[in-house]
Amino acid sequence: MASTLKLEIVTPEAKVYSEEVDSVRLPGAEGELGIYPNHAPLMAQVKAGELIAHKGGEESILAVGHGFVEITGDHVAILTDNAADSADIDEAAAEEAKAKAQQRLEEGSDISEDEAKALAQAILYSEAQLKAKRHRG
Amino acid sequence: MPSPRDIRRRIKSVKNTAQITKAMEKVAQAKMAKAQQAALNGRPYAEVMNRVLSEVVTHAGEFEHPYMVQRDGDRRALILVTTDKGLCGALNTNLLRMVSDEFVTDDTKIVSAGRKGAQHAIRSGWDLAAEFSFGDPPAFAEARAITKLAVDLFESGEVDQVDIAFTNFVNTITQNPEVHQLLPIAEIEGVQAGVEGEETSTALAGGATEFEFEPNAGDVLGQLLPHYINFKVHQILLESRASEHSARMVAMKNATDNANQLIKDLTLEYNKLRQAAITNELLEITTAQMALGN
Repeated sequence: MASTLKLEIVTPEAKVYSEEVDSVRLPGAEGELGIYPNHAPLMAQVKAGELIAHKGGEESILAVGHGFVEITGDHVAILTDNAADSADIDEAAAEEAKAKAQQRLEEGSDISEDEAKALAQAILYSEAQLKAKRHRG
Repeated sequence: MPSPRDIRRRIKSVKNTAQITKAMEKVAQAKMAKAQQAALNGRPYAEVMNRVLSEVVTHAGEFEHPYMVQRDGDRRALILVTTDKGLCGALNTNLLRMVSDEFVTDDTKIVSAGRKGAQHAIRSGWDLAAEFSFGDPPAFAEARAITKLAVDLFESGEVDQVDIAFTNFVNTITQNPEVHQLLPIAEIEGVQAGVEGEETSTALAGGATEFEFEPNAGDVLGQLLPHYINFKVHQILLESRASEHSARMVAMKNATDNANQLIKDLTLEYNKLRQAAITNELLEITTAQMALGN
């Protein structure tokens, strides 16, 4: 029986996180999910939010964007558009990105459906970053 | 026998060519570094995505997504990913030769991404359904446009299978032409070379045989599968660009080396001719002197 979980977080640009952890809490589309080893196999959607991984009494906090999570008994794989460790998040940059996306969403009249979706995701991800950052601070 | 002046002219022209190929080599080298990095960065995501899908698809239970349904017909569409420009060695030739030998029949619909593929399709009289171009670096939206057309062809029932042919980037020296099946999603193939060696665990922990889905299988797979295809096409475009710049860099390096060798040979020949001319002149002068002296 597995006693730890292999947590992997990947984005199209990079592998953000890959470590053995004791448990992980992540933002599922239908509410927060707490995952411990030997969880039943589950495939779920992930919404933008903060993810907390526990490892031997320490916790790492990350911000993740929209994506998917696959959970088997011994690993948790998160496929997401964006992810960042809270230590690396630049609060000012996140605020600015959010403001920019909001401005574009409100002012632009030529926004396609795809772009609107992307902008909405960008705003949610910026908020998730801020939340993760403040959680730590 | 070329005159010394002809040879001098040729040396000059070859030198110019060498200068150009040298410049192109440097440009390709810079672009190659970026394109390779982009392709390599996408691989972890592709790997995890492949593993997740192969596990989920084999354990999805009753649920079947339209993308996963195998049909009996054999009408096919082929997405052909080539470069826009030439001067990249045998890259396109290898890909197109492989494709024409094995995959294209009279009723295969060709969707070309990249101008070289489209030109070849028209020359060979293939059924060219659409032509796309993609930027450098390729944007996700460009991949989505290509995917959308392919998915439409598949969903409307015009074709029963969609394949994608591209040049997979292995390293700077090696690029492999490959054909992958895009639709229906049957077995999950990797976009990278080393994927055969990856272990894919299909047995689930805890003795469970099926995945639970949240909110439900239709919703999750309905989002995951289109996303998978978009991402895969994008990754393939990235791999193709990395291959293109690598191949061009190597081709231009070879061209520069050849030009320099040619310059060396020509210079040798020129010097020989020059020396022969001088010897000849000296000979004439001495003969004339001897004639006068008598």
